[in-house]
Amino acid sequence: MNDLTTATALQPAAFKSDYKPIWCPGCGDYSVLSAFTKAFAMVGKKPEEIAVVSGIGCSSRIPAYLTSYGFHGVHGRALAAATGLKVARPDLTVVVAGGDGDGYSIGGNHFLHACRRNVDMTYVVMDNHVYGMTKGQPSPTTEPDWQSKLSPSGTGLRVFHPLVVALAAGANFVARAFSGDPNGVAAILAEAIRHPGFSFVEVLSPCVTFRPEQRNWKQAVHPAPVEPTDDPAKAARRILTDDGFNVGILYRGDRMVYAPPVGKGKKKPADLERGFEV
Amino acid sequence: MTTKSSSKRTSVCVALCGSGGAGVMTAGNLLLEAAAQAGWYGLMVRSSGPQIRGGEAAALMRIATHPIDCLDDRFDALVAVDWQNIHRFADEVPLDGASLIVGDPDQGEAPEVYTKTGARAVKLPLKQLAKAIPGSWPNMVVLGFAAGLLGIPADKVKAVVAQSLKKGAEQLPASVAAIEAGRAAAAGEGDALALAAPTPVTARRWLITGNQAAGFGAIRGGVRFVAAYPITPATELLEYMAPALPQVGGVLVQAEDELASINMIIGASYGGVPALTATSGPGLSLMTEALGLAVAAEVPIVVVDVMRGGPSTGIPAKSEQSDVSIALWGLHGDAPRLVLAPNSIPDCLTTTQWAVHLAERLQAPAIVLSDQFFGQARTVTDRPADTGVVAERLVAQAGAEGYKRYAATESGVSPMAIPGTPGLAYTADGLEHSERGIPSSGSGDHRTQLAKRERKLVAHDYGAQWADIEGDGEIAVVTFGSCTGAAREAIARARAAGVKVRLVSMRLLAPARPKLLAAALEGVDRVLVVEQNHGGQFLRYLRAEFELPGAVRSYRHPGPLPIRPEEVHRQITEWSRA
Repeated sequence: MNDLTTATALQPAAFKSDYKPIWCPGCGDYSVLSAFTKAFAMVGKKPEEIAVVSGIGCSSRIPAYLTSYGFHGVHGRALAAATGLKVARPDLTVVVAGGDGDGYSIGGNHFLHACRRNVDMTYVVMDNHVYGMTKGQPSPTTEPDWQSKLSPSGTGLRVFHPLVVALAAGANFVARAFSGDPNGVAAILAEAIRHPGFSFVEVLSPCVTFRPEQRNWKQAVHPAPVEPTDDPAKAARRILTDDGFNVGILYRGDRMVYAPPVGKGKKKPADLERGFEV
Repeated sequence: MTTKSSSKRTSVCVALCGSGGAGVMTAGNLLLEAAAQAGWYGLMVRSSGPQIRGGEAAALMRIATHPIDCLDDRFDALVAVDWQNIHRFADEVPLDGASLIVGDPDQGEAPEVYTKTGARAVKLPLKQLAKAIPGSWPNMVVLGFAAGLLGIPADKVKAVVAQSLKKGAEQLPASVAAIEAGRAAAAGEGDALALAAPTPVTARRWLITGNQAAGFGAIRGGVRFVAAYPITPATELLEYMAPALPQVGGVLVQAEDELASINMIIGASYGGVPALTATSGPGLSLMTEALGLAVAAEVPIVVVDVMRGGPSTGIPAKSEQSDVSIALWGLHGDAPRLVLAPNSIPDCLTTTQWAVHLAERLQAPAIVLSDQFFGQARTVTDRPADTGVVAERLVAQAGAEGYKRYAATESGVSPMAIPGTPGLAYTADGLEHSERGIPSSGSGDHRTQLAKRERKLVAHDYGAQWADIEGDGEIAVVTFGSCTGAAREAIARARAAGVKVRLVSMRLLAPARPKLLAAALEGVDRVLVVEQNHGGQFLRYLRAEFELPGAVRSYRHPGPLPIRPEEVHRQITEWSRA
């Protein structure tokens, strides 16, 4: 881990823009934002070396609140945009951020294939089990009996389990964090960024407006009682059987990273003409 | 125009048909290659049934002494390996009393749809001939027969077959014997379909499909990132790019769907790398939301839409110009974009290269409307010269003070910071934003940015290549894309009969340039709008955005049948007499 006191390392404040977030007072995402700035300082990158890519939703507003390069695209497609960016520009550190609706519902297919593809980037989902920007509808991680205007009797649907899905689909690093502990999130995030391949960090980040009961998460979370494993089966069993509040790095794999060579081929376009000649 | 006299022909059309696996596409390609080697021009259009494998297949060939951009009105000969479902090509292979129907008597009679045209039946015992030569195949007999009919020299045919059998040289003697057997059988037909001697070859010629041409044009223009999701009939463009891009330092990524492919190219281009995807109607429909993102965030991208029959899944493997409306209008919000249409197979190269240049220069998405006819047809063409237009993006330089990514400049184009550049970090945003890129829902910012994005496209000087304008006269044919070849040929016929007709083939569809079209149509009092779709999508666009002088008529029909030269010629002739 880089020492924050070395001359070249920037302080976390250098990564925080002066643009005021639109979030509600008490939103968990403020702490995640703070953790981003700390993690960026920890990995010793400069703002211009980092690109933060997002989709649509409360948490997807995060790129503009940072001094790194940002991309705020369409709903659910952040991972696709980030994949194009990282493959084309392997020199950049690419971090994708978003919420549970953006990532697990409209963007669910891209989540699966980003895990499979294993491009070297980090995906942070601020999961609050609700669509906040549209004012309180159930997301894939919402409990089946949670009632709202759109689901007056609850959804009755099984809750999506992103960590196990990520493991099954091939993510190379899987962790759970809690926004109430920004230093803990920062440490995990820094590890995730350093780890090669597709790193997935699910951050429990309460929505105090539409899910005020999530304030109790503070009491529910606890450090994972075991060290991270490199065995996906073991990790999956642990994640499936824990109480959902196990916080820490849960899996570290060593799958081959998807990084097709760019800039290696030195032929000129005219060199390709031969194939067309009569 | 074709003639039926015994003097040698300047253009001959032959259809090679058979069940999938019978090898008619191989025979067609070899015939085209042999003709090209000998100095003729030619075109091979592929048509096949909906089956993945084993369905009916037809290689629709036209070989000529001059460059050609379309099939003729009729076929001089239909050569069939067998008749399994070949009746389904009847509309695509029009015959008449002067045509030949060449079939194997062992395969039974030709379908009535062909025989009732009065075409003369010619017996060619393909199976017997092939069987007599161990290791040979009926399609090689077909190749020999067709080459003999057209007078394509035997040594050229042999040379291209030898080239194609590089890895199976032991098959060559049998193939050559089969080709000779076919040629001997054709000798009985005399030289009625023999081509006039080719013009001397003075410049390099290429054999290329529209999909390859578009792909290579993109590479010439500077595209180095492609995201791909397979779809008929655009797949071959992507398959061309997959091995080609790494050679020039680029990369192709296969995406999980079209939503991903377009967002991937936007991501890559945001990173500073010119990027492209190719698709067809269903994929373009899925891409419309992200095309709007490219408009709003001002990220240059190119989408090649190889059009097929629509709506919905439609007719996947056959051509239609029916994505005009979605390309021109199909985004929510006021979303100015570039829409370009190549008007020949070699122009797929030139126009796609230009699209890359324009998208990069104007920081906007460009849609290139190719179609299945262009994409999957293979042609002999003079090498398309490199126009030299490449991606040139206005990039912000490090050290710029008070950088505003979306500054409302006079041209509308504002310098784009590329990630990695110190001091210029900004967030590219699909949300409406201020000049600095900060999300804004204020009316002032919205108006400023809408006007900026419109201005940069409208203020640009697109030069003469916005359209091909040919000839003069008071009647004008206004068209675009793959109808251009037929229109050009129709106009040449009219001119030969003393009727002067102007051609305007629009390469730049959007932004609309009404003044340019008005100038092109000066002195015209009758406008014939030609397009290949049911609803007149191009006509409606012209009516909405342009002033058309005098009387306007629409000539159109949907795919999969091409607009043929004589259809347009008839319209011109009738109108010129009215």
